[in-house]
Amino acid sequence: MAVSTSNDPTAAAVDDGAIRAFRIDVPQEEIDELRQRVRATRWPDKETVSDRSQGVQLAKLKPLVEYWANGYDWRKVEATLNAMPQFITQIDGLDIQFAHIRSPLKDALPLLMTHGWPGSIIELLKVIDPLTNPTVHGGRAEDAFHLVLPTMPGYGFSGKPTSTGWNPARMASAFHELMLRLDYPRYVSQGGDWGAIISELLALQSPEGLLGIHVNMPGTVPPDVLRHLRNFDPSPDELSEREKIAYDRLLHFYRDGFGYAAMMNQSPQTIGYALADSPVGMAAYYYDKFAEWTDSGGEPEKVLTADEMLDAISLYWLTNTGTSSSRSYWEGAQAGGGPFNAFDIPTLPAAVTVFPAEIYRAPRSWGEKAFGNLIYWNEVDQGGHFAAWEQPRLFSEEVRAGFRSLR
Amino acid sequence: MSQKTGEPVTVIHDTSVRPFRVEIRDESIVELRRRIAATQWPERETVSDSSQGVQLETIQELARYWATDYDWRTCEVKLNTLSHFITEIDGLDIHFIHARSKHEDALPLVVNHGWPGSIIEQLKIIDRLTDPTAHGGSASDAFDVVVPSMPGYGFSGKPTSTGWGPERMGRAWDELMTRLGYGRYVAQGGDWGAFVVDQMGLQAPRGLLAIHTNMPATVPADVDAALNAGGPPPDGLSDEERRACEQLLRTYKQVEYARYMNARPQTLYGVADSPVGLAAWLLDHNDADGQPARAVVEALDRETSPTGELTRDEVLDNISLYWFTNTGVSASRLYWEYRGGFFNAKGVSIPVAVSVFPSEQYQAPRTWTERAYPNLIHYNQLEKGGHFAAWEQPQLFAEELRAGFRSVR
Repeated sequence: MAVSTSNDPTAAAVDDGAIRAFRIDVPQEEIDELRQRVRATRWPDKETVSDRSQGVQLAKLKPLVEYWANGYDWRKVEATLNAMPQFITQIDGLDIQFAHIRSPLKDALPLLMTHGWPGSIIELLKVIDPLTNPTVHGGRAEDAFHLVLPTMPGYGFSGKPTSTGWNPARMASAFHELMLRLDYPRYVSQGGDWGAIISELLALQSPEGLLGIHVNMPGTVPPDVLRHLRNFDPSPDELSEREKIAYDRLLHFYRDGFGYAAMMNQSPQTIGYALADSPVGMAAYYYDKFAEWTDSGGEPEKVLTADEMLDAISLYWLTNTGTSSSRSYWEGAQAGGGPFNAFDIPTLPAAVTVFPAEIYRAPRSWGEKAFGNLIYWNEVDQGGHFAAWEQPRLFSEEVRAGFRSLR
Repeated sequence: MSQKTGEPVTVIHDTSVRPFRVEIRDESIVELRRRIAATQWPERETVSDSSQGVQLETIQELARYWATDYDWRTCEVKLNTLSHFITEIDGLDIHFIHARSKHEDALPLVVNHGWPGSIIEQLKIIDRLTDPTAHGGSASDAFDVVVPSMPGYGFSGKPTSTGWGPERMGRAWDELMTRLGYGRYVAQGGDWGAFVVDQMGLQAPRGLLAIHTNMPATVPADVDAALNAGGPPPDGLSDEERRACEQLLRTYKQVEYARYMNARPQTLYGVADSPVGLAAWLLDHNDADGQPARAVVEALDRETSPTGELTRDEVLDNISLYWFTNTGVSASRLYWEYRGGFFNAKGVSIPVAVSVFPSEQYQAPRTWTERAYPNLIHYNQLEKGGHFAAWEQPQLFAEELRAGFRSVR
């Protein structure tokens, strides 16, 4: 299942630091194959409930998938992706694919922005111009960024690791190396989901040149709170009202919403076979999170178009990265920690935006303990886990505001 | 209430028991083979063992055989040598095998399979139970055997509304045995079947004399609470009990598939659409010796077994049954239905027989078993066999049921 790229596969064997231009050009047979498979889907019976409580509802998935097979056009997003500068470079033995969009404005601040799961560069497309070209989007020239958007190992068009060890800390180091290779001795890092964890790990590594981080899924949960969560205790009395709200959301997540992560932490290869062989199986797996994690009351169609969701899913399908991306959870589990655990970052400047429909709404009290140098904290009133995707304007304003004091 | 007129309607429940034959269409077999051959594969795991899940080489080899030389019809012929029926209970079609012994005073027995199992697991014990003299036993230990498919599994109907958890299944099996004319009977189960028979034990219907379980729920409440929080176990336990705790802690780390199905059974569209996706999902159940269960992994290298041990064909018979009946998702919904504990003592006070197989999830210590089942009529620790006890060790299993139920005849 090869995807054509302009890079010579034999050149990939040598870690020479070269940065090679990259073009996405999915062979037509693979698009035809996808459509044919979708049309030949064998469906299970309908859920026995009238809501999402058993997972993706049949009546929601069918029309999306019907459009995927019959109207959706991959070439549109392919052209969009190819219209921006795309590259591949080998770092630490693995191909890392990235987009590099320079601002036309002087003194733009270099920004490393990392996606998460089940994300990709697709979720960041709408903030590229607002961040690199702020004056066209109601912003100030002084708030411009040069953007580096890497794809995590095992995702998208990046290489798939063939041995263990590509945990988030290693990814963070690799992305730092990427910034150096691109001649950015000073830069900031932004992320949500795994992108937040990678930014926080970068902050811990504190490499020279990293000026600060902004995260929209901050790791702030204190260790004693984690212990309670592990026991599935009701919210501890000593928490403030605001902290209790966060605790309850976390409890709900760990009790009812953690199955996907537990599965991938444990057996990514097992779930991977269905993800590699069944497009609808893959679509459901990711759509489940679009529904659960967007600020949409479970109706992601309210905040994302069918094309956007299918762009995201198709990228996983056409690169056959369902399994390799799941494996990143296994790697994360081996390395320990958790998605929301406080990292304890004492001095590196950290900016945080809390979106209301994020998996948990971090309270400032926890944020101040986790980030010793909290330069920005804001809670907004719209948007969820896929903040840049759902609320590109608000997200861009937040990133500008978060990093303003570091320029 | 009539939906059309709003008037009360007399609902007539159909209690007929209709004969059933397993007859998978040729097109379905052709289609299965076509899909397997067209499988799109992920890359291989980045480890050299099964610590990331079912290994690529393992499943590719199995798939190669499944798509070519494996013959479903052999299994179908075997199935049809038994008598199958369907009857409607509590609004749902329930499929079951009914094997009557030639011996008078045979003890009626209902045997409940689990997940990722089916009636296929029980096939080799049926004759050993109904015809003991042909299998080293005595006529006085004969059983009439009833083997239902759980709702959402095999040839049983798929529930269209919620509520079909182990409690409801237990009541359905009592209704089934009554409908078949059995005023006194016993019930056996492992895995989900164990949960069901424990519920039957709690319900204590009049006809139920005793239950047998090969996955007993014996963990005391304080230990259960500690283990669910990730340990450590409380102080003051014996060596055997501490060992059981370690086994349970290990099992809790391995049952992520259960956590997934508990949360999102419907999202598993891939197991309806991809035979290999389904096969991998069903293969990755653990036992005390590994994940996938060692007995299953070993079976994949075994073409025949004169002693009745698990073979590759049997593993594929079971997976094929899930495939042909498209029950991958409906079976998963059972995990969503039941929010109770798996291994904690439930408070059953009717007579209980327990067999502890060495490679089960945990070896229930006698101390815990006696506390959990105060009316313990049989307790035995075997030397061989694991989670799929009836499937892996049919002779030993049949002998355990004979011994376990002898005192209630």
